[in-house]
Amino acid sequence: MSENAAIKILICQGTGGVSMGAKEVEAEFFRVIAEKGVDAIVGKRCDVIKTGCRGLCANDVLVDIITEEQGRVTYDFVTAEEVEKIVDEHIVNKTTLEKRKAKPYYNTFVDQQMRVVMTGCGQINPESLDAYLAEDGFKAVEQCVKQMTPASVIDEMKKSGLRGRGGGGFPTGMKWSFCAATPGKVKYIICNADEGDPGAFMDRSILEGDPYCIIEGMMIAGYAIGATAGYVYVRAEYPLAIERLQMAIDVCYEKGYLGKNVMGFGFDFDLRIKKGAGAFVCGEETALMASIEGERGMPRPRPPFPAVKGLWGKPTNINNVETFANVRHIILKGADWYASLGTETTKGTKIFAVTGKVKHTGLVEVPAGMTVREVIYNVCGGIANNRKFKAVQAGGPSGGCIPADILDTPVDYDSLIKAGAMMGSGGLVVMDETTCMVDVARFFLTFTRDESCGKCVPCRIGLKAMLDILERITEGRGESTDIDKLLEMGTTIKKASLCGLGQTAPNPILSTIKYFRHEYEAHINEKRCPSNCCKELLLWRVIPEKCVKCGACLKACPVDAIKWEKGQLAELIIEKCTKCKSCYDACRFMAIE
Amino acid sequence: MSNATAANTATEEKAEEVIDLTAANAVIDKYLTLHGNLMPVLQGIQDEYGYVPKPTIDLVAERLNVYPSQIFGVLTFYAQFHLKPRGRFIIRVCVGTACHVQGATRIVETFFDKLGIGHTETSADLRYTFEKVACLGACGMAPLAMVNDATYGAMTVQKVDAIIADYNQRPMKK
Repeated sequence: MSENAAIKILICQGTGGVSMGAKEVEAEFFRVIAEKGVDAIVGKRCDVIKTGCRGLCANDVLVDIITEEQGRVTYDFVTAEEVEKIVDEHIVNKTTLEKRKAKPYYNTFVDQQMRVVMTGCGQINPESLDAYLAEDGFKAVEQCVKQMTPASVIDEMKKSGLRGRGGGGFPTGMKWSFCAATPGKVKYIICNADEGDPGAFMDRSILEGDPYCIIEGMMIAGYAIGATAGYVYVRAEYPLAIERLQMAIDVCYEKGYLGKNVMGFGFDFDLRIKKGAGAFVCGEETALMASIEGERGMPRPRPPFPAVKGLWGKPTNINNVETFANVRHIILKGADWYASLGTETTKGTKIFAVTGKVKHTGLVEVPAGMTVREVIYNVCGGIANNRKFKAVQAGGPSGGCIPADILDTPVDYDSLIKAGAMMGSGGLVVMDETTCMVDVARFFLTFTRDESCGKCVPCRIGLKAMLDILERITEGRGESTDIDKLLEMGTTIKKASLCGLGQTAPNPILSTIKYFRHEYEAHINEKRCPSNCCKELLLWRVIPEKCVKCGACLKACPVDAIKWEKGQLAELIIEKCTKCKSCYDACRFMAIE
Repeated sequence: MSNATAANTATEEKAEEVIDLTAANAVIDKYLTLHGNLMPVLQGIQDEYGYVPKPTIDLVAERLNVYPSQIFGVLTFYAQFHLKPRGRFIIRVCVGTACHVQGATRIVETFFDKLGIGHTETSADLRYTFEKVACLGACGMAPLAMVNDATYGAMTVQKVDAIIADYNQRPMKK
């Protein structure tokens, strides 16, 4: 019914939106519209619709108003106080508030992308089955069951060239065919939503913004493989995603889209959420299954692969959230269409979470094969605060760094691996000249050391030993043999570990040594940190030649260690300084070192 | 820290005496027939009590027919299970990659400093528990902090003071 309404107000309510007060903004819209009788004034109904995350959380609350006369207008940073004004001007008077409109960056950010998987996110109400049905929801599964055999569904997936979006990049159709070929009455489908990579949040956005498309993707997989039960393993850090998905599952059971004899098609499919409990290693498929079974989430040796002997010893197919989200689009638009996107070896689109020192952080969906430079500069607006680009970290704790001189690497599975990084789940953390690469390596190692499950010695003890060396280096006690030691240990750990965590954990160190060896050497030989980051090695001061007397550092300093008056050079009182670097990050002119 | 430890031991001993197992039994009843029910049961118990009290471990062991050692193994493996009572306000600071490069370290250190408790520790008066967490999935608002369910984006050292001042005023009762 809402589709016929003339005026739509879309309010972004993902985790980002809600924490910036989207609920208050929504309530205010409802209040103002009801109180003023806006529907009657403009002679049309105004629908306030909550949508999922559209991937630009830094600028929340985002509000889209769609009217016949003005088309779609986006306002950013909306607060509840402004709602009345927006309603008065935009909807009643029909004049766009030019000053409050999202600046051109917004259009650049959106237009440069190609949204396939994320079409629903930020456009439809994730909590409404009707909204999903209006977007051809559950048409794909209908098409599969009515017009295709399970084998032809798998063939279609193979033809599309879709590869697993969780990071491994294994061809999805192939994976399905293995599981379908294993004999057995009971089979399982698992959706891996244990998105543990720090810096990646596309799975969360999809679950929050378009939960029904995951359910449909899993149903199609279930039909193709012959599985009648599915689990979605969601990490417990995503309460909103769990809430929305649970709501969607409940509605599906109620309306007959899940359960016995799904949609009257004659096949059964049960789906339930399994909540994680805070262990990064559970993103590894065998550890994830151990966790569903109620055990410690420790990886098991492969083979046997899950397709043969998985959950409770039954054939199991595991795919990532983004992979399942692709499925319905492939069925609806055809494998040929999908295969026409992307590069030779990587088909379709990929969502990246671009974060760090970039102007516009957010989720970016682009066809595979776009270069890293285009993603960072064209879509996301380049580096924040007028600083120089140093590197981009791709693939999270398992990935590596891409330095400035190979920025034209295309984003596909194979090119990224060749560059020493990897696609991973698609996190791109941008670093500028103030980020120390040794510190970044140390950071990732701290993470993987903490998250190692402890099963294999190389990973459990080796990572700790490497971390000790890195800590020594960042504290100015590095020794000349350290780099070689790190390289040797890193290669051994990669070779001798059982699961993906151990096999990739040394990557951030190996790749930073490869491209930024000089920074390691500066720490070790000259006991200095070229990026002014490792605080044991630093003594802060203001550089008078560069200071523009703006006073930004004074505002940033939490301990009053900056002396500044209007028109005067800033001065740093070293006795009070706690070396927290607030001033350094606040200065746009690199006048503090 | 000896005070906090002493307080924790004291509450633990007290808890062993008075813990009411009705809620735990209800959780077990709910999941009794589910395949792979150990984690949902433990999660349910933690939702009820705020942590997993020791008497409930024995109860779960008996009713689900698993060894207490196995339950203990699961509880200590996953970061989100707690064996001790937790503070009224759980402060979580994200130290994921995006937050790290945007200066999460100074936020963490300021909280340590102001609250006098470290990572995963609870203050003696049970008001605060502090945790560093890896990625809350809202990297666009880095650096990020959470108190219970409220999110605070673009954190600065100054905002830490404001948050603590705010929560110091709030009542201990839910």
